[in-house]
Amino acid sequence: MIYRVGVDVGSTTVKCVVLSDGDEILHSVYLRHYSLVKETVLEQLRAIFQKFTGKFKIAITGSAGLGLSEASRLNFVQEVHSASLAIKNLYPDADAAVELGGEDAKILFLTGGVEQRMNGSCAGGTGAFIDQMATLLKVSGDELDFLALKAEKKYPIASRCGVFAKSDIQPLLNQGASIMDVSASIFQAVVDQTVAGLAQGRKIQGKVLFLGGPLHFYKALRKAFKETLGLDDEHAVFPELAPCFMAYGASLYAGGCEGELDSEEILTRIEDSKPTQGVASFEPLFNDEEEYARFVERHSNASVEDIDISTYEGDAYLGIDAGSTTTKIVLLSEDKKILYSHYTVNNGRPLDVVCERLGELYSLMGDRIKIVSSAVTGYGEDLLRSALKVDFGIVETVAHFTSALEFCPEVDFIIDIGGQDIKCFKIKNKAIDNIMLNEACSSGCGSFIQTFANALTYPVEKFAKLGLYAKNPVELGSRCTVFMNSAVKQAQKDGASIEDISAGISASVVKNAIYKVIRARSTSELGKHIVVQGGTFLNDAVLRAFERELGIDVIRPQIAGLMGAYGSALYAMNKKNDTSTLITREELSCFTYKSNTVTCRGCTAHCSLDILSFGDGRRFVSGNRCEKGLGKKAEEIYPDIYSFKYDYLKGCVKMCENPKARVGIPLCLNNYELLPFWSAMLHHLGFDTVVSDDSTRRTFVNGQHTIPSDTVCYPAKIVHGHILNLLEKGVDFILYPCQSYNIDEGKGDNHYNCPVVAYYPELLMANMEELNKDNFVYPHIDLNRRKDLVKKLEKVFSPYGVTIKQVEDAVSYGFDALMEYRKAITEKGKELVSFARERKLPIIVLAGRPYHLDPEINHGVQKLISTLGAVSVSEDAVCDFERTPHLGVLNQWTYHSRLYTSASYVATQKDMQLVQLVSFGCGIDAITSDEVRALLEKNGKIYTQLKIDEISNFGAIKIRLRSLLAAIE
Amino acid sequence: MENNEYVMFTKEMKKTHTILVPNMLPNHFKIIIRLMKKYGYNMVLLENSARRVVDEGLKSVHNDTCYPALLVIGQFLDALKSGEYELDKTALLITQTGGGCRASNYIHLLRKALATDFPEVPVISLNFSNTEKSDGFKLTVGMVLGLVNCIFYGDLIMTLYNQCKPYEICDGDTDIALNECLEYMYDRIEKGGFGKRKKNYRYIIDKFNSVKRIKIRKPRVGIVGEIYVKYSPLANNNLEKFLLKEGCEPVVPGLMDFVLYCIVNYINDGKIYGFSNMRTRVCSLLYGLLRRMNKTVNEMLERNGFTPAHDFEELRKEADELIHQGVKMGEGWLITAEMGCLAKSGTENIVCTQPFGCLPNHIVAKGMSRRVKEKYPQANIVAIDYDPSATNVNQENRLKLMIANIGSTQKV
Repeated sequence: MIYRVGVDVGSTTVKCVVLSDGDEILHSVYLRHYSLVKETVLEQLRAIFQKFTGKFKIAITGSAGLGLSEASRLNFVQEVHSASLAIKNLYPDADAAVELGGEDAKILFLTGGVEQRMNGSCAGGTGAFIDQMATLLKVSGDELDFLALKAEKKYPIASRCGVFAKSDIQPLLNQGASIMDVSASIFQAVVDQTVAGLAQGRKIQGKVLFLGGPLHFYKALRKAFKETLGLDDEHAVFPELAPCFMAYGASLYAGGCEGELDSEEILTRIEDSKPTQGVASFEPLFNDEEEYARFVERHSNASVEDIDISTYEGDAYLGIDAGSTTTKIVLLSEDKKILYSHYTVNNGRPLDVVCERLGELYSLMGDRIKIVSSAVTGYGEDLLRSALKVDFGIVETVAHFTSALEFCPEVDFIIDIGGQDIKCFKIKNKAIDNIMLNEACSSGCGSFIQTFANALTYPVEKFAKLGLYAKNPVELGSRCTVFMNSAVKQAQKDGASIEDISAGISASVVKNAIYKVIRARSTSELGKHIVVQGGTFLNDAVLRAFERELGIDVIRPQIAGLMGAYGSALYAMNKKNDTSTLITREELSCFTYKSNTVTCRGCTAHCSLDILSFGDGRRFVSGNRCEKGLGKKAEEIYPDIYSFKYDYLKGCVKMCENPKARVGIPLCLNNYELLPFWSAMLHHLGFDTVVSDDSTRRTFVNGQHTIPSDTVCYPAKIVHGHILNLLEKGVDFILYPCQSYNIDEGKGDNHYNCPVVAYYPELLMANMEELNKDNFVYPHIDLNRRKDLVKKLEKVFSPYGVTIKQVEDAVSYGFDALMEYRKAITEKGKELVSFARERKLPIIVLAGRPYHLDPEINHGVQKLISTLGAVSVSEDAVCDFERTPHLGVLNQWTYHSRLYTSASYVATQKDMQLVQLVSFGCGIDAITSDEVRALLEKNGKIYTQLKIDEISNFGAIKIRLRSLLAAIE
Repeated sequence: MENNEYVMFTKEMKKTHTILVPNMLPNHFKIIIRLMKKYGYNMVLLENSARRVVDEGLKSVHNDTCYPALLVIGQFLDALKSGEYELDKTALLITQTGGGCRASNYIHLLRKALATDFPEVPVISLNFSNTEKSDGFKLTVGMVLGLVNCIFYGDLIMTLYNQCKPYEICDGDTDIALNECLEYMYDRIEKGGFGKRKKNYRYIIDKFNSVKRIKIRKPRVGIVGEIYVKYSPLANNNLEKFLLKEGCEPVVPGLMDFVLYCIVNYINDGKIYGFSNMRTRVCSLLYGLLRRMNKTVNEMLERNGFTPAHDFEELRKEADELIHQGVKMGEGWLITAEMGCLAKSGTENIVCTQPFGCLPNHIVAKGMSRRVKEKYPQANIVAIDYDPSATNVNQENRLKLMIANIGSTQKV
């Protein structure tokens, strides 16, 4: 008999299937390869050859199988292709198939136009994503599944990539959302990503097959798919063979290949195979143990003395660092020695952890020691201050700076790499000068090493140690974890050892920090006296790679993981009041709390509020973006210009009595500036302007399936939902012209719109099947060419009996209205500035684009600024007060030119700071942000950038803003 | 920073300096460099392509900037740091297209990157829109005409190479023909006759025609996309070679299309926004001239049994059916039109190359592939992102999927 063997080598697993002559499956196996690709395949094949004797036809498939098949000269079949072969054989009546693998997601449309789609390079909603999230929740994959099945509700979680999702999940956990609900939300995110990101408008319907490991093993994932796609049991098919489906397909493919081989030949070919191309590698971290010993010796100098808590008598100072995943506690004696320290993973329950530890502390202290002052920092700061009445709350950056000073009084640069965050700051004149935090898409942090170690079944410490003496550490690139995952995959394919990969991962975390987060042009610009901290630096491989990359020795305190808590304790010591407010031993013993979630009805943001009620009747509210959620009245909240502009736009639309037609204007992108123009013009012509409703996450989700490019910015993605909204409103047509050019304000070398703003209507027309020539009008216009503009618009409106003269007048009205709007902004800006100056409040110029007005896009950051006690104005309120500065770049986009003049203006104003809002994926801001930074820093100002996307990482935004305000104090 | 703070490329430097040129289109640029030598410029084509190039780029350019900028700047810095060139006698040449894409800023990003370590190295802008001038580098009419010829020859050589290489019977014959053609062109530059286009076309076509080829037809795979990534083997991980290895015939639209596209955009501006000026009129003349020249090559190719590229008017017509010609940033409507024309003329398999996060490509490539597929249901398009961290495995797997699809979609 000639057996047909299919081997599917995926990113995490190996699958094998053996077929008989009669298409019977004789053998199938599915198991993880833990990066030992070749070994696992050989082992499986040997088992097969023991069971079956004869001749074999073999084919390999799968993402990691490509290299193996090339090197061993065995047949290869692309995995999507093998899937379709298998489907044709087993389920000839299927209409579509969804296959999720370790790192790939695919959809096959089998009827009505065959099409096969695969996730792009930036998409993480896959098996590896689920693993990563399970690690984050400290559960196994099966437990995650089990928990998810018991969920009551689902939260929106960004599904595009694991890094994004983490920033959604962490706050949820910290706010006390149930782990069941979070688990279900994770599976839902995978479904959303597949449906939106892959199907892109094409409906997944009919009989649908669900393939691949995750869909086979996770019931919650199956359920979410069925619900989302609206499939019943008859139409949602989960084949028993699902995990080995591709391998089955490969075995079918093998049948069609030439030549059979005997088992020996196959094994020899695989055994002898050598990687086809080498991977880039770098110098070993340590050449020998002696070198390592010297290194360890050097770093042991930076230590803090311990003192026995059981013998100490006197005052003590408590510092707590309630980080996103870990909680750190330090108790200091009067002479700054450590009486007690604790570092623990908080499992999403920081309050419980601290209560427990505090109880332990109280019993250790007895009556000999008295806590006279306490301070807390980190994500859980507000919660702990409120719950445990901690004396002080300080921003993390200040805490870390305080502790770094203890180790190195002349410190000029601090870098902290934690589990989820990278924080770096420069110190100038004994004050924090410039802060850099990691953003989405640059987040290779400590937890990445951990996830990887776990995936390869190593404890993280052991995994990291493996890399110390690696001979050829692999170069893994430095972008985000998803990219690193596939770089690791490639390294595995090319035969890199676990040691080499371990060292490579440590180095890539470092490179990510230096080149992505700090964006150092040369390593020397960081500083001369560098203190490194955060749990990740306790890993010697990371520390060594960091020193290597910089070419200088740095200081790593032995308490690197406790620096936030240590700094807080020092802060508490410096600032102590007469008596501490900290919860007493007695109060602690009867401390209880309850949590529940409500939706705030204070405004349209509808924040989801988490309310903790404590035993003594006090409450703690979180999740609110403004103070309304806390019950503050409108008058008590500082004004901001973003709200003013938004209200102005909403109010500028006038209705006609007998409209000739209802014209839809989507409130998106440049229409956030041009709406007064369109509505005045339309009103004058006798048309009604119908503006799309306020953006919400829903708006985005509604249109998500028609977005062709998943890396475009969020302001563009949300447009799709606005268009659908207008169609629902039954407008006669939507007017949304393309505009290569913006209005020439004389501020730059040219006056373009960015390519996305300029041509988005073209993209909408091509991708939204609801649109046609009649209901979507998108002429290419140039607002600077009045005559041509009138002609183009006349063409649009002439069917309604409008003359060219009328259009000419209407356009004039339009421009007047636009001028008025711009003037109103400037006036309001002046008013707010004097309001702030009368009260001596700091003024923040929140500089972005007109569309950053959208509350769904800015996530209410201006309200946060009010909460922090500052007044915000926008870039277009101050951009006319200063001339265009000399720039090192081509200044050719109107909106961006305003950034430069605003930055120049802010530089001249003592009480003003500039905070730049940057939408994730904005390619143009890659150019502007460096330039704005230079303009500000040249004049001794701090540059702060807030990167925003569909997710709102409010924690990070808050740290930045608070640090900025702390620095200018 | 004052606008004119950077070092200018002076007339004196023309005599003393070596000008480094980034590698975008190896064959085209080799001819161009020889030609420039004749005009007194000592140019060197950079061929460094190690991982160091990417690392240098990562270090000195904002990492959200497009991949081409990162590579070009990385290649320059790596070369300058190699010690191979005397820093006080080296200048850099970079093209500048102007327009609403980020690419117009490459030269500024390059200067920023040079500011700390190599402030003395001048950067020359090669542009045809008077964006930036320097004393030492002036394009004369003769030079421009020469460059135009280089593009025609380069395109022709590239097209013929791709149409012969997959079918050559003796391994390496096509490469021999390629080298002979290049040598021939160098000779023409030195000994005269470089401008005799018809004669030179004849020579090149005959050379390739003499390569013995098997008479089968391999699947054709078109390559479109952002101009640098589309052509540069450094950026696209040797895409053409990969396709050849996979048994495909790469179809790469020529550089002249891009030149014509740029010229047509000026004409279009006038047409779309209703004005006419000196520039639109000059461009109209120029367009007519170049298009006729292009036609000559195409006709000669066809007569000799090769498949010529599309006539540019055909591309414009195709564009009108898919997208508006007002979409002119980056490669704009040209990408969409090329996809359409390729699909229409039987090259249904298309790789659309783009730098990760390329702004115009959101619209014209990923944004329009649905429209192209609507019009040509058999089109088999794969969009590949290129990026410093994107791995070969990831890219090749997607390419393999596209190749596996060749059978399935087109039989239907």
